[in-house]
Amino acid sequence: MLLDLSKLFGRSKNSKDLAKERLKLVLIHDRANVSPQFLEMVKGEIIKVISNYMDVDEDSLDIQMTRTRSEEGDRAVPALVANIPIRSVKNSGK
Amino acid sequence: MGEVIVITSGKGGVGKTTTTANIGTGLVLQRKKVVLIDTDIGLRNLDVVMGLENRIVYDIVDVIEGNCRLKQALIKDKRYEGLHLLPAAQTRDKSAVNPEGMIKLCNELKKEFDYILVDCPAGIEQGFKNAIAAADRAIVVTTPEVSAVRDADRIIGLLEANELREQKLLINRVRPDMVKRGDMMSIDDIIDILAIDLIGVVPDDEKIIISTNRGEPAVTDNKSQAGEAYRAIARRIMGENVPILDLREEDGFMFKIKKLFGLKVN
Repeated sequence: MLLDLSKLFGRSKNSKDLAKERLKLVLIHDRANVSPQFLEMVKGEIIKVISNYMDVDEDSLDIQMTRTRSEEGDRAVPALVANIPIRSVKNSGK
Repeated sequence: MGEVIVITSGKGGVGKTTTTANIGTGLVLQRKKVVLIDTDIGLRNLDVVMGLENRIVYDIVDVIEGNCRLKQALIKDKRYEGLHLLPAAQTRDKSAVNPEGMIKLCNELKKEFDYILVDCPAGIEQGFKNAIAAADRAIVVTTPEVSAVRDADRIIGLLEANELREQKLLINRVRPDMVKRGDMMSIDDIIDILAIDLIGVVPDDEKIIISTNRGEPAVTDNKSQAGEAYRAIARRIMGENVPILDLREEDGFMFKIKKLFGLKVN
């Protein structure tokens, strides 16, 4: 019912939200102007450290370089965005 | 000492030349001495937008190659005291200018003018590199479309890579009615994505086309909404604190009332 109402008022997926989503995705790739080898090295090291504490899904691990607004909000700063799916936390880490 | 400001965008057709003409004229209306440089070699257009196309004798390549003195190539706009244009060459290619030549030229112009506005060609090739070479700051022009915002992002990155960190964003051709119904990215959406400070927002205004037809910048038209936005941007460039007109306010009740009675809205 709530969903229908929001659709009625055109608040569901309007075209600007789609534009924003698509832009954000395409910019992650555009901004990743570091070499794939560099990212692979970073990825390998991150896996090595995290694996000591938890079991991660290495195949779907994703690392990107991007740009974001600094915490003070006054300038753009590079950021490393890592998506690391965790299968389970190891006992020794608890 | 004057300041060099490059107007750039990456994507073509977002309004760089119109922006250069209007901001330049706007600064002259604030009693500044301004020179506009068209660096789009082979595709010059700032001259027609300014209505000065019949007065070109020499161009930027003539100056850089030493075929004439700088003073001879500068076209004085007789309508607005203090406004000058250095046109692009139409029959040469981009390799006729190089970054060193631009820096030398701008250093010369800085002695005499308060502001040197450089109209950058579309793209990220040689013409772009020439245009940004001497710049102290940059105005990145975009429109609320995915292609223009994407290219603006690329340009912001390239400017940063060239140590040009003083950058501001100008969002052109905003349509508040479309933003309201969720079919156009809002100012906040675009700033959120690009993570850069705003210098101004220019609404989509048919008066821009009419004024370009006539060769008179819309900034001189007191009835033009875009003109008003450009006048505010000129003052912000000079360091004045002019609030950015919140286009969302136009949805408000008072706006409708004012519109109904034909009152000036701001």
